[in-house]
Amino acid sequence: MKISLAPVSYCWDKTSIEDFYQQAANSQIDTVYLGETVCSRRRLLKFKDYLELAHMLKSHGKNVVLSTMALIEAQSELAELKKHIDNGEFSIEANDMAAVQLARQANIPFICGPTINNYNRASLDILQTMGMKRFVMPYELSKAWLESVISEPTKASFEVEVMGHGYIPLAHSARCFTAKHFGLNKDNCETICQQHPKGILAQTQEQQALLRLNGVQTQSAANIDLTQEIISMQQMGVDYFRVSPSSLACLDLANELTNALSHDVVDDKYELPFSHINNQQCNGYWFGQAGLAQV
Amino acid sequence: MELLCPAGNLASLKAAFRAGADAVYLGLKDDTNARSFAGLNFTPEQIKQATKLAHSQGRKVFLTLNTFPKPGEESRWYQAIDLAANIGMDALITADISLLDYASRRYPHLPLHLSVQASATNLAALDFYQQAFNIERAVLPRVLSIKQVKDLAKNSTVDLEVFAFGSLCIMAEGRCHLSSYVTGQSPNTGGSCSPAKHVRWQEQGDKCLTRLNEVLIDTSDVDQQLGYPVVCKGRYIAENQTQAKYLLESPTSLNTLSLLPQLASAGIKSLKIEGRQRSPAYVEQVTRVWREAIDSFLTHPESFTEQARWNQVLAKVSEGQVTTLGAYERQWQ
Repeated sequence: MKISLAPVSYCWDKTSIEDFYQQAANSQIDTVYLGETVCSRRRLLKFKDYLELAHMLKSHGKNVVLSTMALIEAQSELAELKKHIDNGEFSIEANDMAAVQLARQANIPFICGPTINNYNRASLDILQTMGMKRFVMPYELSKAWLESVISEPTKASFEVEVMGHGYIPLAHSARCFTAKHFGLNKDNCETICQQHPKGILAQTQEQQALLRLNGVQTQSAANIDLTQEIISMQQMGVDYFRVSPSSLACLDLANELTNALSHDVVDDKYELPFSHINNQQCNGYWFGQAGLAQV
Repeated sequence: MELLCPAGNLASLKAAFRAGADAVYLGLKDDTNARSFAGLNFTPEQIKQATKLAHSQGRKVFLTLNTFPKPGEESRWYQAIDLAANIGMDALITADISLLDYASRRYPHLPLHLSVQASATNLAALDFYQQAFNIERAVLPRVLSIKQVKDLAKNSTVDLEVFAFGSLCIMAEGRCHLSSYVTGQSPNTGGSCSPAKHVRWQEQGDKCLTRLNEVLIDTSDVDQQLGYPVVCKGRYIAENQTQAKYLLESPTSLNTLSLLPQLASAGIKSLKIEGRQRSPAYVEQVTRVWREAIDSFLTHPESFTEQARWNQVLAKVSEGQVTTLGAYERQWQ
């Protein structure tokens, strides 16, 4: 099993993004996904900037995947998507059926991201015939679900990736909640989300951390942490354990996990590094419970 | 322009037809549809009856099969498709790729409507479903502005259906995990958003606490009229703030009556009324208003104006008695 780095879901300024990927390039992490997946109004980095970063990462031996938008509404967003598809070099992560369609038309393989609704084997098999080589399990599904889907009726021949660490993107809307919070709307948002590099935390009236507003995306307040499940995932046949970054510390964690896995240790004796990111944790989805639960 | 209304049971179906619906959509009594509430929906026998009744009145009936089959239980979804095809229902509303594939191969004569749960919001996604599964129609998610709806209608070869009235989902439908994050069940997996068994209202002095799987969604005055509790319409406290606010959306319903002329001239094929979980009385009142509005528009398109009493009737059955244009209006976004 390998460690992968999910695309940064927040609006970080260009220097922070460049520093982040420079450090990623110098790490042991195997696979790096990058690109804007949340909002086309975030223009601090353009497609060509991401492409430059992709080349830099590739030159450091990384497997690079260009991630695409989860919610595509305007024609201009389709044109931007087409640029990703036609890049001629890197794989793409499809996060909307539009990307599946364009990749299929261009006859290039693709990775189905977590926002493509893959809820059963028959659907995955159909997408595989269309060029899907790997899929990231939708966030709300469980270990039991995955076991069944990748082993029945036969062992799946596509690769499998599971989001193992980070805040969970739970929903996407036309509305920008960060802008709304500041009395703005999407069309005059002033890219105010860049002032919130981990989103805006929302608590219930009993001070339970519940959600995290990240522009048009709503995330979990709790951090999913499945680092203790890595061995069992490996035994099941999961190919990639995904770390979704919210800070530079996530790179250390991803790097440490990569090092641990490279020891070829698959039995329970090897002690995997614990997550260093102190936060409210959750792992409910993996165990078939409410996502916010900690089992 | 078709007026498509919800039917949670036979009484609602009859009410819809009495009030002038051209077609109704309904689901089976299980988790194969995203309004899987106790006491709601139809047995296969009732569906046969409903279809006969609809056809005897020259109306249409669509089967809603808009959840995603669970591994090992796929046969229930396939059987529902067999049923719809065998009794001559007028369309199947579905989102899952494997179901679209099954239906398009086995029953090429059965019209396929892409459910809103498939979250197809752009031309390329619509092309995907049309080319792969020959869908006839798509239901657009409630995340598009009126301009985007018009652009799609102009460029897509797929017929389009939009939500005209009812509860407002503010997230891209079919890809929202807010309910499962809190309760463990989502429309996709369990067949409903905010399952009723997880809802608890708790009185505390003059306050009413609304809980979803014990998570506090909102606090309100005891005498305040409450909408059905969903995560996106709760009041929460943002970082560095002390006051709880509706950070995502307040209880409100979608009402597009004012957009009727624009939707019609864009060539929208069908206007959908939300609310299979609502009463026959709701279905009848809402259907009657929309029938009158559509007929009034079709008779005199140039001089169409919304009548105040239409909006009064609609506001009365709306969440918090408030309505919005939602994402159709850029300002809302």
